Amino acid sequence: MASKESVPLAVQLSGIVKRFPGVVANDGVSLIVARGEIHCLLGENGAGKTTLMRILYGLYQPDDGEIFLHGKPIRIPSPRAALDHRIGMVHQHFHLVPTLSVEENIVLGLSEGTGPFLRFKKTRQKLRRLADEYGLDVDPTAKIWQLTVGQQQRVEILKALYRDADILIMDEPTSVLTPQEVDALFGTLRTLVEAGLTIIFITHKLDEVMEISNRVTVLRKGKAVATVNTDESSKAELARLMVGREVVFRVEKKPPQLGEKILHVEDLHALNDRGLPALRGMSFDLSGGEILGVAGVSGNGQHELSEVLTGLRKATKGKAILGAHDLTQCSARTIADLGVAHVPTERIRVGTVPSMSVRENLILKSYRSREFCKWSILDERAAHENACRAIKEYEISAPHDGTPVGNLSGGNIQRLVLARELSGSPKFVVAAHPTYGLDVGATEQVRVVLLAQRDRGAGILLISEDLDEVFQISDRVLVIYEGQVMGIVRAEEANLEEIGLMMAGSYRQAVAE
Amino acid sequence: MIKTPAWIQIERRPSPSGWTVFAISVVAILLALIVAGLFFQFYGVSALRAYGDIIKGAFGSRLGLTETVRRMIPLLVIGVGLTVAFRALFWNIGAEGQLLMGAVVASGIALFSGLPDPLLIPAMFLGAFAAGALWGIGPAILKAKLGINDVITTLMLNYVAIYVVHWLILGPWKGPTMRGFPYTDKFPTAAFLPMLGGTRIHLPTLAIGLAGALVLYFVVKKTRVGFEIRVVGENPDAAKYAGISQTKITVLAMVISGGLAGVAGVGEVAGVHHMLLNPSSIALSYGYTAIIVAWLARRNPLAVILTSFLFGVIMRGGDVIKISLGLPFQLVNVFNGLILFFLIGSEVLIRYRIRFGTVKETS
Repeated sequence: MASKESVPLAVQLSGIVKRFPGVVANDGVSLIVARGEIHCLLGENGAGKTTLMRILYGLYQPDDGEIFLHGKPIRIPSPRAALDHRIGMVHQHFHLVPTLSVEENIVLGLSEGTGPFLRFKKTRQKLRRLADEYGLDVDPTAKIWQLTVGQQQRVEILKALYRDADILIMDEPTSVLTPQEVDALFGTLRTLVEAGLTIIFITHKLDEVMEISNRVTVLRKGKAVATVNTDESSKAELARLMVGREVVFRVEKKPPQLGEKILHVEDLHALNDRGLPALRGMSFDLSGGEILGVAGVSGNGQHELSEVLTGLRKATKGKAILGAHDLTQCSARTIADLGVAHVPTERIRVGTVPSMSVRENLILKSYRSREFCKWSILDERAAHENACRAIKEYEISAPHDGTPVGNLSGGNIQRLVLARELSGSPKFVVAAHPTYGLDVGATEQVRVVLLAQRDRGAGILLISEDLDEVFQISDRVLVIYEGQVMGIVRAEEANLEEIGLMMAGSYRQAVAE
Repeated sequence: MIKTPAWIQIERRPSPSGWTVFAISVVAILLALIVAGLFFQFYGVSALRAYGDIIKGAFGSRLGLTETVRRMIPLLVIGVGLTVAFRALFWNIGAEGQLLMGAVVASGIALFSGLPDPLLIPAMFLGAFAAGALWGIGPAILKAKLGINDVITTLMLNYVAIYVVHWLILGPWKGPTMRGFPYTDKFPTAAFLPMLGGTRIHLPTLAIGLAGALVLYFVVKKTRVGFEIRVVGENPDAAKYAGISQTKITVLAMVISGGLAGVAGVGEVAGVHHMLLNPSSIALSYGYTAIIVAWLARRNPLAVILTSFLFGVIMRGGDVIKISLGLPFQLVNVFNGLILFFLIGSEVLIRYRIRFGTVKETS
């Protein structure tokens, strides 16, 4: 359909350039989206997809290039202007106020012409109409925090529709959903397109592109490399376009050389930040030379598990025995000194001090050791030599070791964290989302590094929401749901459907060994 | 509906250079001076003349210069300590009270300890440091253990300290030789701090301030403890992750900060007044002004030497305008307020830059 000249255009971006300090996020990108299609924007993390859409949504101003809407040139100085042009965006991380109700969130920021008082009668009528029209049913009086992630996403979509959006940008909408919720979302999107909306769908997952889109534009390193009709393309072709070379879908993995059991977790309980139970009796074992993957939808206790095992969160019950120590009774410092490495979920907010230098961040955990500290004074030369070694070995690209870590790219920050955490040959590694947000090159490197640690004899707990990753490098997979172990399976024997059901909490393995 | 006009662009400044920070700070001070000048105009005094008098008064004579330095000393000693507290992300608004408690303990030792003369002054400094530190540790522990707001606790303790002094000078420590005035007796001369010949510059306190600036600069930049303080201050989550005890670091920072404020109290009672008297005469808002001093120095102990001198000039300027122009000394507080106001406003410009004109450059 798109090949015909007569199809009316919804959005045309031409020669968009956006520079950030040190990077060109969009380097002359052109994009044509036809009215009434689902158009995928495919690219690796850091390819410039989100930046491009933030420009269309008025969050960024382009340094160069033009935007045409329905054939007319426009300027979009703010999200409000975008909404005036009937462009809506659903962000990857939702912008909702958890303590407010659905309808309050929906009218937030709108002036409904009712003076200082909020009246929800009209709001409800319109929401009812939208719900009937598109099958988007949500209780308007429910508070956001009571909703599931899938429902919250529905509220975000409703927010855009309520503002009469006819072009809807979805930024990686499936990253937080279970497989079943993804199906529901795709159903909704198809309904919206049938009703005449245009959808731009940002993703880095090839399967989604194949399933949902009419056409796809591939971005690579800030440039649009191709736009193709989905049904005339293939996964392999898209992957090649995305990465710029043939993609090996698997990293080399030797059979595991299991060592002795190093970690024994029994009936572990812990609370989350809001004081509600997050871990509810988890038990499992981990051997040296093994990677145990933890699969699950985000927010099911993975984060709390990693914190309890590294001394950052108190367990309310249960134990985690490492050698002669119960980790639940140890401080973060003691645990680190026992040879436990931690690659944290939020590598920038928790794993580094962005305003401090690469050199200083690399000794964040070892600054007290004899190597770096003599008579209470830090040995800058030793720190410098250490930094040079790490930069070389882990291919951290930084101008010099005095550069603040905050100026590095995500991939380089993760290399730095790995370099630091794995430097003392740890015996137990907790790696939380180690490749989240990294490009294919960095991802591959991180996986190779983790496998090398395993082959050296370390036990690794790999927490990830990327199922492909979990299955690719784990030896066993533990499925977590609401802080409980739903089952532990050998990676090569796993059945994806069964895992999906366990992740959704609707199936539990009968006997865990 | 607010729309940013097309010709204004606001964007992040990735890592501001030292010169940018310096230049922006200078501009902030100049703006404050311009606005303060309006107040002189309201009083019917030409702002130019007032500033001329202030400069002449602060630098024009030996007396003026030494008085400026006298004002600078407590600001230097307190400000140096505050940089450490601020670096550890502890908002110590309580230096005023810590200074007063230092003054109280120093006075107690001077008047009632009966120590041999040579030991008197060292004992007063040590005692005052301990008193200021103790006054600061309470809020530090409350914040670290229970998450109680440090701004409120440190600020409230200032009032407690003020009333402690009032109680002492009106009650148990009221000097029998003072004919009913609310002062303690005059200190024995062995408790007078040595002065720079013929001036009111009390040398030991000045020396502690200067040495403190150097030592703390070294500690923060080069030592293990300094590393821990910086990590806690720059990213408390990373500190926890690295196993650094926030409680330990916060308490340590407040021992330094409170202790130095206590030392400043010795300077005022043993160097200037030679007795314990009305708290507002001892402290003169040094504890609050030092906050601006430390902030203007961008939490760099060495830069405090410069900024405390600048505020010494401003406080000396207060004396000058009172004497030569007949204006209230309190105008100094207007100055300080304006400088802090513009300084905080300028923070935005350090982190962001504003560009005018639509950006259509080709490179």
